[in-house]
Amino acid sequence: MSSTDQAVLQHGHRDDYGSRMGMWLFLFTELILFGGLFIIYAVYRYMHQQEFHMAAQELNTTIGLINTIALLTSSMTAAMSITAMQKGNIRFSKGLIWITIGFAFMFMVNKFFEWSAKINHGIFPGSKDLLAKPDGEILYFGLYYVMTGLHTFHVIIGVIFFLFILRQIKQGKIHSTRYVRLENSALYWHLVDLIWIFLFPLFYLIH
Amino acid sequence: MSEHQHEESHVIEYGNYIFIWLGLLAFTGITVTVSGIDLGNWTIAIALFIACVKSWYVLNYFMHMKYEDKVFKIFIVTALVTFMIFLGFTFWDYSFVR
Repeated sequence: MSSTDQAVLQHGHRDDYGSRMGMWLFLFTELILFGGLFIIYAVYRYMHQQEFHMAAQELNTTIGLINTIALLTSSMTAAMSITAMQKGNIRFSKGLIWITIGFAFMFMVNKFFEWSAKINHGIFPGSKDLLAKPDGEILYFGLYYVMTGLHTFHVIIGVIFFLFILRQIKQGKIHSTRYVRLENSALYWHLVDLIWIFLFPLFYLIH
Repeated sequence: MSEHQHEESHVIEYGNYIFIWLGLLAFTGITVTVSGIDLGNWTIAIALFIACVKSWYVLNYFMHMKYEDKVFKIFIVTALVTFMIFLGFTFWDYSFVR
């Protein structure tokens, strides 16, 4: 008997297995979304190696590193919240979700200061200062804003998912034997982490 | 509803997650350190290799891929191979442009 059959037998209409599979299929569409951008990045970097290096000097590696640690840690707390839920420790699970959301806000506050600093220096898409720079640097900052912007948008969506999960836990719709929505939200959150694992070295660590 | 556990659920202990997290932090430290050394084209290769290793741990442990059915693994390999084909063909095409 497959695990799908077991899930149906045990829980009536529920299909946690199918639910997770659906989430994974959705995550592959995200791979196409970001993957396309990574391919554009690869080609432009190959064409303008020197200029990408010059442009990357403008980014603050420390903020990038802090954000990397924030996302890695939040990924761990998100994964742990599932363990806590499986063990029936709902309070701890909720606490871990709140910590995850806290790290997400930390990430966004850092991003806000980072972007503000760039914009104050006149580096933003279409600005006079940026357009005066060589083509490669314009492309680098264009990709920087689009890719980190799209990524931060995913961070916001992730936070909304987790707030939704917290509400459902409160309503008793998610509990120790029914938590696939928490699992799927955590999967989404890990994807956000995975994308950042590549964004960080590609934008911040070119010296 | 029956009291027994889900057959398919696999509980990963907190300690294991902390262990993986420490590993990920260590790899991050290595990436930052290596990026400071000028190794020419190897710098990016090493950075991407470490990023792939980190992703492997996130996928297998945080995302529970290690404990999923074979079909999930076939899916993810297919998706990644498709992406690599896109990437490969783009560069192949680009090599004729120059």
